[in-house]
Amino acid sequence: MNDMSETEKQMVDWLADMNEDDALASAKKMLLEDGVNPLRVLELCRAAMDIVGKRFEEGEYFLPELVLAGEMLETISAIAKPLIKQAPGEVAKKLGKVLIGTVHGDLHDIGKNIVSFMLDINDFEVKDIGIDVPVKKFIEEINDYQPDVVGLSGFLTLAFDSMKETIAAFEQEGMRDKFKIMIGGGQIDETVRAYTGADAFGVNAVEAVNLCRNWMGVAA
Amino acid sequence: MSMMIGPYEQSDAAKAAYDARWERIMACVRLEQPDRMPVGFQSFFWPATYGGITYKELMYDYEKAKKVCFDVVEEFEPDGVYPLLMGTGQGLALEKLDFKQLQWPGHGVGDMQPYQYLDREYMTPDEYDEFLFDPTGFYIHKYLPRVAGAFEGLDKLPIFPGLHYFRLVNGIRSFALPEVRASFEKIVAAAEEVNVFFGHHIDWVNRINAAGFPLFNGSNSVSPYDFIADYFRGATGMMKDLYRHKDKLKLVLDKAAVFLTRMTIANAKASGNPIVFIPIHWAPDAFMSPKQFEEFWWPSFRKMLIGLIDADLIPMPMWESDCTKRLEVIKDIPAGKCIYWFERTDIVKAYEVLGDRVALRGNLSPSLLTTGKPEEVDAAVKHLVDNIWNKGGKLILDGAFGIPDETPVANVRAMFGAARKYAG
Repeated sequence: MNDMSETEKQMVDWLADMNEDDALASAKKMLLEDGVNPLRVLELCRAAMDIVGKRFEEGEYFLPELVLAGEMLETISAIAKPLIKQAPGEVAKKLGKVLIGTVHGDLHDIGKNIVSFMLDINDFEVKDIGIDVPVKKFIEEINDYQPDVVGLSGFLTLAFDSMKETIAAFEQEGMRDKFKIMIGGGQIDETVRAYTGADAFGVNAVEAVNLCRNWMGVAA
Repeated sequence: MSMMIGPYEQSDAAKAAYDARWERIMACVRLEQPDRMPVGFQSFFWPATYGGITYKELMYDYEKAKKVCFDVVEEFEPDGVYPLLMGTGQGLALEKLDFKQLQWPGHGVGDMQPYQYLDREYMTPDEYDEFLFDPTGFYIHKYLPRVAGAFEGLDKLPIFPGLHYFRLVNGIRSFALPEVRASFEKIVAAAEEVNVFFGHHIDWVNRINAAGFPLFNGSNSVSPYDFIADYFRGATGMMKDLYRHKDKLKLVLDKAAVFLTRMTIANAKASGNPIVFIPIHWAPDAFMSPKQFEEFWWPSFRKMLIGLIDADLIPMPMWESDCTKRLEVIKDIPAGKCIYWFERTDIVKAYEVLGDRVALRGNLSPSLLTTGKPEEVDAAVKHLVDNIWNKGGKLILDGAFGIPDETPVANVRAMFGAARKYAG
């Protein structure tokens, strides 16, 4: 975005620099006092999230910044969305659809949530189906959502078998070739990838985004 | 002449074996050469896998639990044994306390699934001041009723500071309230169960000691940051606090360092064992920036480490996940006083940085142990022996986080066999 006013640029910087108080005050003023188009404000937020994502990839930002950025975005969206009078003429084109969930037996979700957030701000459409997801539910959700990528998350060692079982069930259903499968979580490595039959694994949210971008044929 | 440990007789040979095993670990701590590479044994539910009982039985049936936890020690003959029952044996006590921070086999998860901690906000951000002013009062009136049903009447208790003279006499009326009485009855019932459990723990410890096997550590503890992040603010709450409440957070961490150090010293002294196991959750490279680590995580923990060392204890932090970028920072402690256990950090690299400072423990990967073949486990042990032990490193072999619950028995045999084959 090169066409930003000084005020707009300032808000983007505040968001990207984790200056929450100033960023939120500025966004609220734009939306509630200055009558700025809410779609414009959301566009500015996206520009800020791009910067946050880049800083994460470059090793300047870590999990606290992703979590705080996610929350700032949520707060602003909650104010902006009711102000949108008409559906926008043009829906932003998404790069692809990702279905993500934590495999059965495992209740962990922090890593999964961060991957969902990073995919979302990188223009993927994400459906998060939660934790402790039974094999059957994965299959139903996949049939319904038709994702390009399925992400299986798991923190515990028991997740190795849950992932293997889930992927084997995709084979049995004859749907294995219809999407790519990525796995991730605390103990996941190449050994686990080979064991479960997933297409790839990632050790952090950036790797998850890069896997999805490659699969969608988007240059990194 | 044999001696009795509880009801169990310890033969002279068992006594000699016990002393030799403990000395092996102590030599590593002092950074001296032991007669052979020690092997530690830690696990949560693997003894159930090994002994063919359910995870639920391991948590609820004291006799079955003691048997399988004794059998693993007897077969593998480790140099130091984690207090296994402490990690898994509290099912009945958790029930009676109506403990809300865990789901465990028979209570929220299946009979063959491990317990899992429920990451929640157990203290809200606007309660920092209350916690700082009076942590005990915060525990009684807010924290305890949130984490266990048995404590739910305690919020009706008087606020103690300020009570005096006739105000003190009149101030105790709430002790007679039905909900407070009910709370105390539940707490007493839970405490009785904990005592029963503790009796079984001691019985099992006596039995392994008599058979020649020392406990590796007698107590556990937690770093100040992890204490607040995991058990009070919750993972994402804590991350936001690094920006929103940084000054109060630092004050709380400093305060926690003081009372956690006191608690840990008291527990370790009561156990009679100087080694303190401290699993570390929030230090990994990926979780915060190097600057945040040095500003928020490390100072209060270092203070605690020094406090424990000054009390003649041997801290054994277990650095979970990959902490490679933290090695230079966590090196800043006196030499020959600690065991650093690494999970996914490259332990050969850790040896290069920390070899003259601490003994090392670890770190066969969980994926290798659970899905690999015995010959691959053998090769992984050889790799550690060649690159650490044979170069003079004081390595205590173990899994990355002990033996994963699902590990095939053949792989554990391969691990212990390879240790004896390649390093004494």
